Amino acid sequence: MPDLHEISLIVNGVVREVTVPARRLLSDCLRHDLGLTGTHVGCEHGVCGACTILLDGEPARSCLTLAVTAAGHEITTVEGLAGDDGPSAVQRAFRECHGLQCGFCTPGFLCTATALLRENPAPTDEEVVEGLSGNLCRCTGYQNIVKSVHRAAELLAEES
Amino acid sequence: MTTKLFGEPIPRREDERLVLGQGRYLDDLGRQAVAAAFVRSPHAHARIRDIDVSRALDVEGLIAIYTWEDLPGLVAEPLPLLIPHPALTHGRTAYPLAKEIVRHVGEPIVMVVATDRYVAEDVCGLIDVDYEFLKPVVGLEEAAQGVHLVHEDVPGNLGAHLVQEVPARDGRSVAEALESAPHVLEFRLDIERSASMPLEGRGVYARWDADDRSLRVYSSTQTSTSVRMALAAKLGLPLPQVEVIAPDVGGGFGVKIVHPWPEEILVPWAAITLGREVKWAEDRREHFISSAHERGQVQHIKVGFDEQGRVLALDVDILHDHGAYTPYGIIVPIITATQLLGPYKIGAYRVVFSSIYTNTVQVTPYRGAGRPQGVFAMERTMDRIAAHLGLDRTDVRAANFIGPDEFPYDQGLIFQDGRPLIYDSGDYPESLRMLKELIGWDDFPAMKQAAAEEGRRIGIGVGCYVEGTGVGPYEGGHVQITSDGRVHVSTGLTSQGQGHETVFAQIAATELGVPFEKVSVVTGDTRRFGYAVGTFASRAAVMSGNAIALACRRVREKALKIAADALEADPRDLEITDGVVHVVGAPAAGIPLATVAVLSNPLRYAFDEEAQRATQFAGTADPDKAPLEDEPGLEGKDYYSPIRSTFASGMHAAIVETDPDTAEIRILRYAVVHDCGRLINPMIVEGQIHGGVAQGVGGALYEKMAYDEHGQLLNASFMDFLMPYVTEVPHIETAHLETPSPLNPLGIKGAGEAGVIPVSSVIAGAIEDAEGIPIMRMPISPSDLYDLRRATD
Ligand code: FES
Ligand code: FES
Repeated sequence: MPDLHEISLIVNGVVREVTVPARRLLSDCLRHDLGLTGTHVGCEHGVCGACTILLDGEPARSCLTLAVTAAGHEITTVEGLAGDDGPSAVQRAFRECHGLQCGFCTPGFLCTATALLRENPAPTDEEVVEGLSGNLCRCTGYQNIVKSVHRAAELLAEES
Repeated sequence: MTTKLFGEPIPRREDERLVLGQGRYLDDLGRQAVAAAFVRSPHAHARIRDIDVSRALDVEGLIAIYTWEDLPGLVAEPLPLLIPHPALTHGRTAYPLAKEIVRHVGEPIVMVVATDRYVAEDVCGLIDVDYEFLKPVVGLEEAAQGVHLVHEDVPGNLGAHLVQEVPARDGRSVAEALESAPHVLEFRLDIERSASMPLEGRGVYARWDADDRSLRVYSSTQTSTSVRMALAAKLGLPLPQVEVIAPDVGGGFGVKIVHPWPEEILVPWAAITLGREVKWAEDRREHFISSAHERGQVQHIKVGFDEQGRVLALDVDILHDHGAYTPYGIIVPIITATQLLGPYKIGAYRVVFSSIYTNTVQVTPYRGAGRPQGVFAMERTMDRIAAHLGLDRTDVRAANFIGPDEFPYDQGLIFQDGRPLIYDSGDYPESLRMLKELIGWDDFPAMKQAAAEEGRRIGIGVGCYVEGTGVGPYEGGHVQITSDGRVHVSTGLTSQGQGHETVFAQIAATELGVPFEKVSVVTGDTRRFGYAVGTFASRAAVMSGNAIALACRRVREKALKIAADALEADPRDLEITDGVVHVVGAPAAGIPLATVAVLSNPLRYAFDEEAQRATQFAGTADPDKAPLEDEPGLEGKDYYSPIRSTFASGMHAAIVETDPDTAEIRILRYAVVHDCGRLINPMIVEGQIHGGVAQGVGGALYEKMAYDEHGQLLNASFMDFLMPYVTEVPHIETAHLETPSPLNPLGIKGAGEAGVIPVSSVIAGAIEDAEGIPIMRMPISPSDLYDLRRATD
């Protein structure tokens, strides 16, 4: 048995203790050790972005991150995007604009878009495209995803 | 029938959980299951001399290692050939684990079960397989020469050969019609391989209940009912003891209609054998080398035509690459051969295909399923004719169109469902008119001229298709209204992102006159509905949509009858609004469906207050009648089985720009006119079109399977197989035309595959227009275009 490491992660605002081998991917740790299966794995080689989470607020690929290196850091997964009053503006916008079909890529897009709009609350079309250009979707053709992000910006502006 | 919900762009039901991260995809289930992993062949063609597991045995966490020799009975037999055809004289399928010979890189040889996937893969790495190399057969034309064989007993590597000929209306053969045609052209076209490539790979999770002697299997499949039947047969279990469920599925696009996959048999078998829950989730490399690909064809075309560009004779010879095995028969080349004709009535037609074995991943349908290749052949032919005669490309197409008054139109061939290829409805001239307006076809020459003056190269292309959708044999629907007023709808076919929970609820709510929120839909769960075919060929909305509508009509009729007794009215005077049955025009004095559901089931024992109304002393029953006339419960089931497919159609146009120096290709505009009959939810149909076009753009400009001469797939990762990101997909402008299908009660046609079908032909035509160089091979990369320029200079 490889050496095990006891680590603690702050996931969606909650401190979680977990024991993992050094090679355990953060994506597997979140999904299989902590049961947070909303984060998806589409390639496990850092290209598709389905596994995108927010690591200290910044989008990161959990399939390219070892769980042990995330020790002590703050992680937000798709399960942590909604507030007490329900789905976030980004989540609502994706539904309203039909920004998802099979939904497998969606958690990655939601996390990416959340960070994008936090940095830039009123992005141009080019900025949205640029911001999403690291995430693959095989279903939607992206048109409605771009639309969803613009809509989310509107909703956020209305809320603030 | 009210029309409130049918036809409305209602936001999707399924998104409520999916955006919260609460979907349940295959690998989200079974946290306590042990993991399977596979040793797969690193060689394209080899004989297995020995498998040595001795180094692996001490790994902590290892549970079991299986090779072909360990498999019992039918599990050890080759996988089924799903769709036999008389022309498929040499159909071959793989063993679940290789027996003696491996025929493509990625073929499974050993299954390992361990406490987790990491350990299982460690074990795989310690298993030594000794191979004797055999000559790999790679490349369609080399394979067709048959010098080296993929299967020793398949001469010429020829799996199937099919000749179909439809003489001209005057009885002349293709040869005769070509002989006398004023103009004849002959050319060759090539299309490379691509693949469905859903973001979620395949996966299987099996639970064996030893006390109950029952098996529950979850599979990321497009057909849970067929997997169930295959499993019961292979494992020798009584069918009622096997349940198969397709959970949320992260995309299919065709590849998940193939079944049973080796893993789909082996994982449940291991679960039974070990008495433990076992799960396997495919990784991306496995998906590239162990699932299925599509598209690869070489086409030779000879066409005869008159001065207006009307086709008098068309002779097409297709070499189709079906890879190492043929589990799905020859459906793909059959579809190419039959759907090639598109919206046109041509003179004499002859199509010949040879389906060839190569030492590569097997070929089974990918969205479009042979149509993109057929449309490529036909639309490139139309463009060649126009170029030869100096005519406008849309005029040549229009000259060949089937007229709106000529339906039903019999193309004289047999379609993939074994039925005559008869188009049910359409309006192709109107579709073309709308497309030309949408893209600005007539203004394009001026635009091109203006661009040229700025030193820019732009071109326009157009492509038309007809798509047989909603193939049989049948689908069913079950509808139950319970005493809480909720409506439970189920159908056997599966969902992979098409929004079935929403559109089927729209249909049911409309048919029954109940609020949308009251309706819930379950698909792909054999516990709820055991009879189904599957989700493929743009058939779900047509097949299950109509079956559910028919089932709702039965339930409605029953509800009206029971309510009529209670209200002492004539059922013909009743209607249902917002879940309340009432006399037309008098919504206040009605009886809720919840109560009707109570009354539909005469009770001896009450379980709540509402239920008391149906008990024996409640005074609600007529003492002179037997308590039960019909079946108990407010539920109904029905099936829809069409006599043949319904034919959707569409036309696409694109404007592209090519860089004079770098040969970079950019799509400036993309326009789609689409006719899928009546729309249930236009937002969802548009989404299907967008996604299809994006896959089409991938196939036209980026995606191919790069096999080397050893049969190694060089680009088996998302790093190297280039699927379009948001940066590669143009904005898609859409317009809808609705010619209802006369074949089904709802008048709908399928929409799932349409978007992808003509894209390669459209882009090829546009690049050709920009460059003045014939584009005869797709996909095309900037370096391909650069080489073409140099070769032409
Ligand atoms: S799964 Fe991490 S980038 Fe694809
Ligand atoms: S919605 Fe299916 S991959 Fe994006």
